[in-house]
Formats: sequence, C-alpha cells, structure tokens
Amino acid sequence: MELKLGLKVHDADNVATIFAEGIEKGVEIEVRDQEGHAQTLTVLDAIPYGHKVAIEDIQKDTLIKKYGEEIGIASHDIVKGEHVHVHNLDSMRGRGDLKGGKK
Amino acid sequence: MKFKGYVRDNGKVGARNVVAVIPSVVCANDVAQAVVRQVQGTVGYFHHQGCCQLPPDLKRVTDTLISIGLSPNVGAVLIVSLGCEGTDHNRMFQEIAASGKPVEIIRIQELGGTSKAIQAGMDAAQSLVLKISSLQRKEVDISNVVMAIKCGGSDATSGMASNCVIGYVSDKLVDLDATVVFGETTEFIGAEHLLARRAVNETVGKKILDIVEQMENRALSVGCDMREGQPTPGNIAGGLSSIEEKSLGAIAKSGSRPIQGVLEYTERITDQKGLWIKDTPGREPEILTGMACTGAQFMCFSTGRGAPQGFPSMPVVKICGNPLTYEHMQHDMDINAGKIITGEKSIAQVGEETFAMILRVLNGEMTKNEALQYFGSIDIHVLGPVI
Repeated sequence: MELKLGLKVHDADNVATIFAEGIEKGVEIEVRDQEGHAQTLTVLDAIPYGHKVAIEDIQKDTLIKKYGEEIGIASHDIVKGEHVHVHNLDSMRGRGDLKGGKK
Repeated sequence: MKFKGYVRDNGKVGARNVVAVIPSVVCANDVAQAVVRQVQGTVGYFHHQGCCQLPPDLKRVTDTLISIGLSPNVGAVLIVSLGCEGTDHNRMFQEIAASGKPVEIIRIQELGGTSKAIQAGMDAAQSLVLKISSLQRKEVDISNVVMAIKCGGSDATSGMASNCVIGYVSDKLVDLDATVVFGETTEFIGAEHLLARRAVNETVGKKILDIVEQMENRALSVGCDMREGQPTPGNIAGGLSSIEEKSLGAIAKSGSRPIQGVLEYTERITDQKGLWIKDTPGREPEILTGMACTGAQFMCFSTGRGAPQGFPSMPVVKICGNPLTYEHMQHDMDINAGKIITGEKSIAQVGEETFAMILRVLNGEMTKNEALQYFGSIDIHVLGPVI
C-alpha cells in the first residue's frame, strides 16, 4: 500500500502537514517528525495535499502551532485527526475586522 | 569562486547587457513598447505610475526608475518621456548619465507626437544597442554578486522545501562575501520576532519590527480581515491557513545569517555585504521592481502553486517546492525542490543544484521565464493615492 505521509515540523506542533493525495475520511496516515519518529493516525475528514491535520485534540481558543510557532487560534474544538484550516483556525494578525486589530 | 560578467564604469558587474527603455510615466508606455518591439537587445518597463500622485510618490517613482537604469545588468538607457509628467525626467537623465552609462532621452510632446517619437526612439535605441553590443564578459569574484530572493504563489511545500533551498543558497553566498536581499514585509507578520532576533544590533531589530507594524497598520486601516488578501485564495487552497503560517514558511528563504539592515524600496546596494532586508509588499510586479532597484543580477524565486513571471533585466530562477506543480509546469520551473517533499533529495542536494544553476545564469544561461520573455507586467510600489 502507498504510504500516506504527514510531516510534523517541530516537537511543539499540534498539527502536521499532509503530503499525499487521496486522503479520505477514515484513511490511516503515518505522521513523521524531523527525527524520523512516526505515529499513525486515522483522519476524520478528506484532507487535500498540503493541508493540515490535528495530531492531538485542540480546544477552542487554544494556540495552533507549526514550526514550533503560533500560526493561529482554534475557533472551534478540534479533535485529533480533523482537517485544520480556515474553518477552524483564526488568524491573530491583520484583523481589521476586530476591535484593536489583533485577536 | 568566479563568474564572467559585464564590468561597468562604476565597478559594478552585470550578468546581462541590455538597453533599458524606461517610460518616465505611464502615458509614454505605447511609444516605449513600439521601440522595444522593433529593436533587438532592448527591454521595456511598462509601469503605471508617474503623474497625478503626491510629491513623495513622484519622487519615489523617479528614484525607482533611476535605480533600474543604474542596475549593472543594464548597459545603456533610453528614457521615454511624455513631457508634462509629474516625475523628474531631467533628473533621471542626469543621474544615470553621471554613472558613465550611455543614456538618451526622447520627449513625445516636444518631438511632435507618437509616430515621430517612435522613429526617434528606434533610432536612439538602435545606436545604444550597437554601442554596447561588443562589450565582452570578464572574470570577476563571486563577491560581486547581489542576489534577490522572493517567494510567490506559495503553498504548504514552500516553507518546507523551496524556501529552505533558497535559505541554503543565501547562507552560502553570504559566506562567500556576496550580498543577499530579501523582502515581502507583509510576509514577516507573525514571524518578525524571529527576524528581529537575527538583526546585527538593536537598532536594526527595532527597524524590522517597525516596518512590519507599518505594513500591518496599512492592512488594519481598511477595517477587514486581511485573510484572502494575504494569504491569497491560492495560498489558502494550497493549505496555508493564516498570514502567520505563510510568514513562518516565507522567512526560511532568508537562511540563518545575521540581518545587516533594512533598505528602502528604491535603494541601491553600494558596498553593503551580507544579508539585507528591503521593505516591499509581497505582490510580484512591485517587489520584483524593488529588488531590481538593488542592482541584483538575478533573483531566486520559490513557488508551490506555480508563479511564472520574471523581470525585464533580472533573470529569475524558479524553484518549485511542489512535486506535482513541477511536473505540471516544467516549462516555467527551473529547479525541482519537490524531490525534498518526496524524500528523494535533501535540502543541501537541491541547494547545490540551484547554486550550480545560479553560476550558469550569471555567466549568461537563460532562465525559463527569461527565454519566454514573461515579464511584460511590472509596477512600482507607491504609498499614496492617485489624485
């Protein structure tokens, strides 16, 4: 079977990036970190190439981390295996729609 | 390490030897285009600025066009002026002439209209091409290189592959005593703390934070969420969810060396060495012009979605991080960094492959967008309104 690969960039990350096509709901993927350690994970949504998957449960208003840095904040509760993108991740910068400009 | 380039009177070394046909205002574009179409060895810069703008922007446009004319890849300059524009076409002529570079100017109104100006422009451009066409390349040290870097049409592969390749090349050139300039201030938002930490001193660190704040404030002043402006719909479709995520991937292309300072948009590299920031927006037509102003001989441009554009007098090396895009758009992409994503090659391996290509490009080999002349749309980044 073709390897369905996700990459976790930094130890502190709670998401990994999928570099495989045809990731449908229920597919099992292998998430590797920089040292080559792997964990397997069942995805709960169809996830396009280059998009992110939650590798742990992330509660609403929790910081979402990639590269070991903040890339946004969870706008909903997210469970492990879920697609993480604009529907459940809010940016905290350039937010002219919010009072004060930053979330 | 050496390359063969065109040594100019001011000591700068070009990797190309073109006649730049520079309209001093948007209203002169059609005459300039006719000249460029007819005369081999010329390139045109068809921007949309130069009149009915506030004085700081008119100065900025004038300074930009002077810096393009002074770029070492340009051997001679023809300025095409309408005659009544807001830019200072006389200062353009004087400052470019002062460098020792052959320069001519034609004024459409003074010459009696379009057809007469096209004739005069063709004659002038032809003479300039003949004058510089016999210049030979000479061997010079690699420390004469100024490399511009940028990412465009980014997706999730950019920050993990193609930008890392540029970071590798950037570190290598800095270590060889060359100069590297990166920009896209918008794409520092959310990653500026990491850049400020690499500044050579506190003043430079503060300046980095200041330019990011100014850029973010410009976006905030519109009163909406920046998302879909930046990151773009294409970035979002490619998996980038926020400007923070895009920025953290984007800064990988600056490598790891200390940041020496911040250059203004129109500023030229004189004798600065090492890694520098230029304060620019992220959009291609404006940043490529700003980068050409530095005097860069070439640009390394990272993409994931597949951005094809280049610049008239600055070859652009396209490094594609997405293996699917590379396969799909091979005639636009120079380097396949997608092999990093598929695990077939390391960042260092693709970095060395890119460095070898850069040396060939400096010596005259064309990049793919250069061969296709994919550089018809350029512009100048202005700060105020058209009035």
